[in-house]
Amino acid sequence: MSNLNNLTISDALDGMEKGDFSARELTEAHISAMEETRELNAYIVETPEIALEMADASDKKRAAGDAGLMEGIPIAMKDLFCTEGTQTTAASRILDGFVPTYESTVSGNLWNAGAVMLGKSNLDQFAMGSANITSYYGNVINPWQRKDSDAQLTPGGSSGGSAASVAARSAMAATGTDTGGSIRQPAAFSGIVGLKPTYGRCSRWGVVAFASSLDQAGPMTRSVRDAAIMLEAMAGYDAKDSTSVKLDVPSYQKALTGDIRGLKVGIPKEYRMDGTPKEIDEAWEQGIEWLKSAGAEPVEISLPHTKYALPAYYIIAPAECSSNLARYDGVRYGLRVDGESLDDMYERTRGEGFGDEVKRRILIGTYVLSAGYYDAYYNKARRVRTLIANDFKKAYESVDVILTPTAPSPAFGIGEKMDDPIAMYLNDVFTVPASLAGLPGISVPTGLSSEGTPLGLQLLGKAFDEETVLKVAGVVEEAAGFSALPQLMAGGK
Amino acid sequence: MSVDKNTVAKIARLARIRVDEKQQEELTGELNQILGWIEQLSELDTDGVEPMTSVVEMTQPLREDVINDGYYVDRVTKNAPESAHGFYAVPKVVE
Repeated sequence: MSNLNNLTISDALDGMEKGDFSARELTEAHISAMEETRELNAYIVETPEIALEMADASDKKRAAGDAGLMEGIPIAMKDLFCTEGTQTTAASRILDGFVPTYESTVSGNLWNAGAVMLGKSNLDQFAMGSANITSYYGNVINPWQRKDSDAQLTPGGSSGGSAASVAARSAMAATGTDTGGSIRQPAAFSGIVGLKPTYGRCSRWGVVAFASSLDQAGPMTRSVRDAAIMLEAMAGYDAKDSTSVKLDVPSYQKALTGDIRGLKVGIPKEYRMDGTPKEIDEAWEQGIEWLKSAGAEPVEISLPHTKYALPAYYIIAPAECSSNLARYDGVRYGLRVDGESLDDMYERTRGEGFGDEVKRRILIGTYVLSAGYYDAYYNKARRVRTLIANDFKKAYESVDVILTPTAPSPAFGIGEKMDDPIAMYLNDVFTVPASLAGLPGISVPTGLSSEGTPLGLQLLGKAFDEETVLKVAGVVEEAAGFSALPQLMAGGK
Repeated sequence: MSVDKNTVAKIARLARIRVDEKQQEELTGELNQILGWIEQLSELDTDGVEPMTSVVEMTQPLREDVINDGYYVDRVTKNAPESAHGFYAVPKVVE
């Protein structure tokens, strides 16, 4: 590994601008790192030839004085974004071999901004999971290990390959998608920054759909500044997504002033839950102290319906998934398993093409949407969702931003929590409420657990106020000074 | 509310997912565990609360009713397991 792998995006942009190195050199360093860290299984498909071609084009653009926001930056693309000419699977068997004939808006925005594609990163199948153990292409291994143990840990999920690649220095940044915490929780488990923007900020067009009223794309990076740069490149109105919002995209870097004096930071009392490990609460207390020292004012707030967020989510998300995944019929794309009749072909194709967790969620969704249960389950959950959104609205009358832990534990071992779907769902207890309310959130690494693995804190903002979220996150990052390195990164420790 | 094996078989049929006897058994347990946990929502009074349809307050954008995309049958059918003459091909459905 060369020292190019440890640079942040902002450093690398400066280095290329000064002529210290080229996009090609930067990309070559990351292609080597990608090969060196294959044991992590962070990538489903590596695209080194495409990467070098894009890097050369990028060097030409820079030489012509035409550099974009992400010019020459090699990134991993979550394999949920359709990439024209490059296999896109959503980590499923049913889409094995699917080669899109079009480009998703967000990936297209990134390429237009000069980013370079290293490959398609692994994920939980159809983004359903919190440990990256449901991929048809195998588990992703967290580059971090516990002290004195080489047991394999999960990088979190669903954006586990994205998180692992960024932590292991085999990508400078990666795209993620977040439905209930799939950017923020893996960022926390892998010691990186992960930002879920406000629903509507990034286009969903060309992103394989899971739960359309919740899905949102965002950046996964090694610094808050990098998240600001990458979000600016990803975001924007798109006529092809009717839920994308017609708002100008600000220059998010300008928000990173470090000045949070007088800002009111909400501390929701319902997030102090029984059974949360002491060190998670301690990290949270530490975060409150940092913000206080920087001149912000912590304010205790109440989000009274917090405990109902997860059960409501596990009605709404499966309901939308059962509807979205109806398109995998063995006719238009992907796998077909022949049967005795058309119906038999559908049933065999979907029975063999979907993994267990995906089937579970489709069946739950089908049940809660079926005649006689629609009102008791689905409409009930949508009413609860309104109450949860109202909790946040009320809180934001008195605070500017909210600070919470990102996840209720550090990274756990692969194989733990596998038998009990609900234990797995509880991973997202701190991230799901803001997802249901459509609000922006970021996870910032703040330190190490007693096991020696990363912990993260989450900042939540008002709708379309990513700027305040980033500004406060920058202060937390500065105070935390997180500089620990994972054991299984390119080049070793 | 809970489901039995027959209900699981019925939902699986509605969802067009083939599930064998043994899986039906396992899924009955798993789905009941999840449904039992979801049940806690019933303790919450939601009378008079509007069900949320969209987290972002917006009106549906309208556009001119014109053809502005299309005419690339090859690209559309490129990933089909089977296609012929610019159409998707399916197993015979009419005797």
